[in-house]
Amino acid sequence: MRDRVIRVMALAVVSMAIAFAVPVAGQAPKKYSPPRTPWGDPDLQGVWNDATSTPLQRPGTVGGKEVLTDEEAAEFQAALAHDLTRDRRDGGPEVDVNRAYNDHWMDARRLKITADRRTSLIVDPADGRIPPLVPLSPERQQARAARAAAAARFQAGLPNDHLDMSLPVRCVIRTDSPPYLPTIYNNDFQIVQSPGFVTIAPEMIHSARIIPVDGRPHLNKGLKQWLGDSRGRWDGTTLVVETTNFRSDDGVIFQNANPATFKITERFTRVAADALNYEFTVEDPTTWTKAWTALIPWNKIDPAEQMYEYACHEDNFDIIHFLTGARKRERSGERR
Amino acid sequence: MRDTTIAMRRQAFLSILVTLAVVTAAGQQRTAPAADAQFPAYRAPHRPDGHPDLSGIWQALVTANWDLQDHEAQSGDHPEVMGAYGAGPAGQSIVEGGEIPYRPEALAKKRDNFAKRMQVDVSDDKKWHALGDPELKCYLPGVPRATYMPFPFQIVQGSNSTILIAYEFASATRIVRMDWKQESPADAWMGWSRGRWEGETLVVDVSGQREETWFDRAGDYHTDKLHVVERYTPASPYHLMYEATIEDPNVFTRPWKIRFPLYRRMEANLQLLEFKCVPFTEELLYGAFRKPTAR
Repeated sequence: MRDRVIRVMALAVVSMAIAFAVPVAGQAPKKYSPPRTPWGDPDLQGVWNDATSTPLQRPGTVGGKEVLTDEEAAEFQAALAHDLTRDRRDGGPEVDVNRAYNDHWMDARRLKITADRRTSLIVDPADGRIPPLVPLSPERQQARAARAAAAARFQAGLPNDHLDMSLPVRCVIRTDSPPYLPTIYNNDFQIVQSPGFVTIAPEMIHSARIIPVDGRPHLNKGLKQWLGDSRGRWDGTTLVVETTNFRSDDGVIFQNANPATFKITERFTRVAADALNYEFTVEDPTTWTKAWTALIPWNKIDPAEQMYEYACHEDNFDIIHFLTGARKRERSGERR
Repeated sequence: MRDTTIAMRRQAFLSILVTLAVVTAAGQQRTAPAADAQFPAYRAPHRPDGHPDLSGIWQALVTANWDLQDHEAQSGDHPEVMGAYGAGPAGQSIVEGGEIPYRPEALAKKRDNFAKRMQVDVSDDKKWHALGDPELKCYLPGVPRATYMPFPFQIVQGSNSTILIAYEFASATRIVRMDWKQESPADAWMGWSRGRWEGETLVVDVSGQREETWFDRAGDYHTDKLHVVERYTPASPYHLMYEATIEDPNVFTRPWKIRFPLYRRMEANLQLLEFKCVPFTEELLYGAFRKPTAR
């Protein structure tokens, strides 16, 4: 009973917060004009945070609605927060053990939907879903099957070696590779500008993406990188960044699209002193049937808050725990 | 006759110009940093905020990453595999006075570090960092080592009290917070950097560094009491003079200094590339834990 009262009160507070929330992502107040750097570029500098519970793809639970009413939004947010929170004890013992890594460690901002009450971060296509795959070549199908087998071994607690683990688990890349998608924590991005460059330092991991905005050409096609090769230009007050030249390692590109044909275009637009719209479009005719676009609001963090170093590989004890656990399970014939 | 007069007048005019230039230069010299014997006095172009512009891609050419002090050319470990690839170059000390002022017991630890620089053992979390040069394991290099590794780095001088320094090695990044007075809130591999301008010099005070980083492959090390003060001074359009004062009472008997120039990388359209070295060290760190029948 007491829980129900608290939940109803929480819903009321949340609804009010949403009702009064401004500005609305995607509907930039036309009058806002961002400050300029001393050399005349729109000034995007500061530390921004992209945490949200709004899912990338629209779930089936919202009846196909793109935007919710205040009441629907409150329910949607409460349901998402319930699913996402780790401060729950209603699972079995194994779930409980996993939830020991609890909400103390997570970004609380990830429990709120976007202020504009959208049901998916994807805004195009209109159904809010990643478009279907085109038929893949036999080689790519085989590669995907091999990766799925490695992931299954890892999930079963039986990785053969570190190469059965994903690039984020191995601390090679995390959320530092575009597109930037919200995650459970470390959702900060610090932007620093100097003449001819916009630099984005994501909190996780520590790879600063230095984007030339001086009109220079891309790297030669053969020189590939984990984060690709980015070039920026100003379209009015929007920074438009095109990134190509991705490496072909497993997991470098979102959903293992084809590095030979994958292209991502990001648009950064400051829409208020403390709000920035991050929009990205990915296209890859050899992976998806059409291009798709997502819009994620970024909010400036409290200036008193610091962005911390995220050193991942340096203390990556987990790799050894996973591997020694797997070797012990093999000896005892046990599976997780 | 007329030609001679014009020539004389021209000469007089030129000499006035030269005098003016000398006087101006002398005036600048008062505000410019003390000129190094290698470099005549130089004043870098200033940004609208009135401070020198240090932006660019820079690289050290010293061999201090092998050893801060005098060192001969040396074979690497496993010459039977690595041949001359594994060998290290000779170099002169970049330490003021030549020697690092170690406490006697700390010098023994440095020698032990060197002897075990290529050993690693990650089987026990508690001893995870006990052995091996962090560079070998692709760990963030810390300050000042990041500055003299054989990789370029880029200074992105923001207009909002933030200077970002991006290093090619391990894609390490530092944020220099200008006129920021706070204590380091938590230890970090690249530490916490507080910047300020002293005339033409960017001074960066670095503390809160993790104790596990080393200064070089020779095993030179520190503890979590490490305090580094760096000075970046433009010495020409193509050079910064770099100086760092290093203090750690647990290891050294007094503060000591290193000093060397940084060179501007001049290639057209040059950009920092990636040296994400984690995949290059995983086999060394984790290979022993592989399923015996796999791969």
